[in-house]
Amino acid sequence: MHALIQADGLSKKFGKVQALTELTLTLPAGRPVAILGPNGAGKTTFIRMVATLLQPDTGTLMVSGHDVVRDPMAVRRMIGLAGQSAAVEEMMTGRENLVMVARLYGQSRNEAAASAERILEQMDLVDAADRRVKSYSGGMRRRLDLGASLVGRPRLLLLDEPTTGLDPGGRNEVWDGIREMSRAGTDILLTTQYLDEADHLAAYIVIIDDGRVIAQGTPDELKSRVGADMVELHTADVPTMQRAATVLGSLGMAEPATDPTTRRCSIAAPGGSRLLPIVLRALDDAEVPVEDISLRRPTLDEVFLALTGRPTTTTTSDTDSTTNPTAPKEDAA
Amino acid sequence: MTMDITLDPPRQAARPKGAVANRGASYLAASEQVAVRTLKKFVRTPALIIAGTAQGVLFLLIFRYVFGGAVAHTGNLTYVDFLVPGFVVTGVLFQGMGAASGVADDLEGGLFDRLRSLPIRVLSIITGRVGADSALVAWGVVVMTVVGFAVGFRIDGSVGDALAAFGLTILYGFAFVWMFIFMGLAAGSPQAAQGLSFLVFPLSFVSSAYVPVATMPGWMQGFATNQPMTQMVNTVRLLTGGPAAQQLLGHSLSYYLVPSLLWSAGLVALFAPLAVWKLKRS
Repeated sequence: MHALIQADGLSKKFGKVQALTELTLTLPAGRPVAILGPNGAGKTTFIRMVATLLQPDTGTLMVSGHDVVRDPMAVRRMIGLAGQSAAVEEMMTGRENLVMVARLYGQSRNEAAASAERILEQMDLVDAADRRVKSYSGGMRRRLDLGASLVGRPRLLLLDEPTTGLDPGGRNEVWDGIREMSRAGTDILLTTQYLDEADHLAAYIVIIDDGRVIAQGTPDELKSRVGADMVELHTADVPTMQRAATVLGSLGMAEPATDPTTRRCSIAAPGGSRLLPIVLRALDDAEVPVEDISLRRPTLDEVFLALTGRPTTTTTSDTDSTTNPTAPKEDAA
Repeated sequence: MTMDITLDPPRQAARPKGAVANRGASYLAASEQVAVRTLKKFVRTPALIIAGTAQGVLFLLIFRYVFGGAVAHTGNLTYVDFLVPGFVVTGVLFQGMGAASGVADDLEGGLFDRLRSLPIRVLSIITGRVGADSALVAWGVVVMTVVGFAVGFRIDGSVGDALAAFGLTILYGFAFVWMFIFMGLAAGSPQAAQGLSFLVFPLSFVSSAYVPVATMPGWMQGFATNQPMTQMVNTVRLLTGGPAAQQLLGHSLSYYLVPSLLWSAGLVALFAPLAVWKLKRS
């Protein structure tokens, strides 16, 4: 049995921008995978190569045993792609869009009509089926676009930043759709720059940065790589938060992190649950009132920070320039 | 850097029900789907139709009634009979500009990414667009011809010749559509495609379409006489203008017809491979 994805030394340059650098990765079938990384990390370049839209400069990429360069047609027969922009025709109805893609997959008129019906139900678009897409909300468009990538019953579904630009409601709709497909047994490879998205949708996460794989594993594995659980507390106001941080710092375990906007203070807790009573006692002795306190696993944000030395959400301007001197904008690729 | 990690055994049992390798649409079926989609988009966007048609009508009226009176040197051919063939033939360029921005729009909107990820041939995507855009050009030719008749254009010749003139005009439009599709792909965005389309101005105005080439300065005549639009316009003019056109142009039909067909073939031969090449690398 072939690996679902077998990438070996993939490199790709756009002009002076090195989008992928000797990227090597093996992914088995059977669980949803998220490619996680900041803008310009090479996520889109990689997924476009898997979709046969781009060829690597060097290296090989096999999808279920088919070489994307030598036999792109074999790859196209088994994939469905939903890109960053909802590639649906506004002036056609949802049903017409689905029928068109189904016909392009080679289905007969009747098969295509049945596929469209099935997808409309699966994506919860039956009521809007015969309305022009122009009148759809952002979330409905993305769901239709996801649906269009499903009409060929693909073995592998490729989703490039499936929720970028959606409001939280639309994002939840799309997440539900993706979970539904995953439950039905479709292999999913998605890219995202949102850690919570990777955490919610994927059973396996590959973190890439600067065109290279810098870490991979299950969300739990990645979280334990940063090490310890975290003790996190929540205070009523910012001065109290700062006092709490001083108390936590004096324990000598680790440097506490503070977030004034949410009035939260957290600290790595290598001792796990044993640290919690010590923290409570210290806070009590110092008479620092806290709203709530909890022991939790580190978030993927913290994982990313620990792995790359910079947070996921910031731009390159406020990061160490030696880590990523020319983070190119992904769109330019 | 190799990071193979041992994973849990894949859930083989959970293969999606009925997952099969898709055979993909045949070349013609794929082209048809792409063409139908493009036509639906056009027909359902009334603003596109009205703006395009109104613009054509307006310019025809301006040339016919504003400039027309001042244009001499058309021999025994009345200016309206001189103008309308030129106007309709160069009209394929203005109609074709829409193909460039339409293609750029499809590219930018991600439609071509989706299409290229499907098991169909890249050329079928392009021929689908060419088919639809040629149909739109044909529609424009019909409208302008009707308006031409309304402002006084009359045919001096057989019905067969008139039909041949009509068919050739659409053929020329078809050939230029390949060029516009390549331009749209090369431009990348609708705005850039609009910008590139300025090319149609020297092609249409520096030709025999609106005024006789003989009235232009000598250095300009070299280009005006030999560029494809002049060959195409004069072919159609000879087919519709009767003896007066014959006398004015001073050459037989084949003198213009053969180069016009060679230009058409050349445009397709040049821009079809370029368009495929560009789309594969977009």
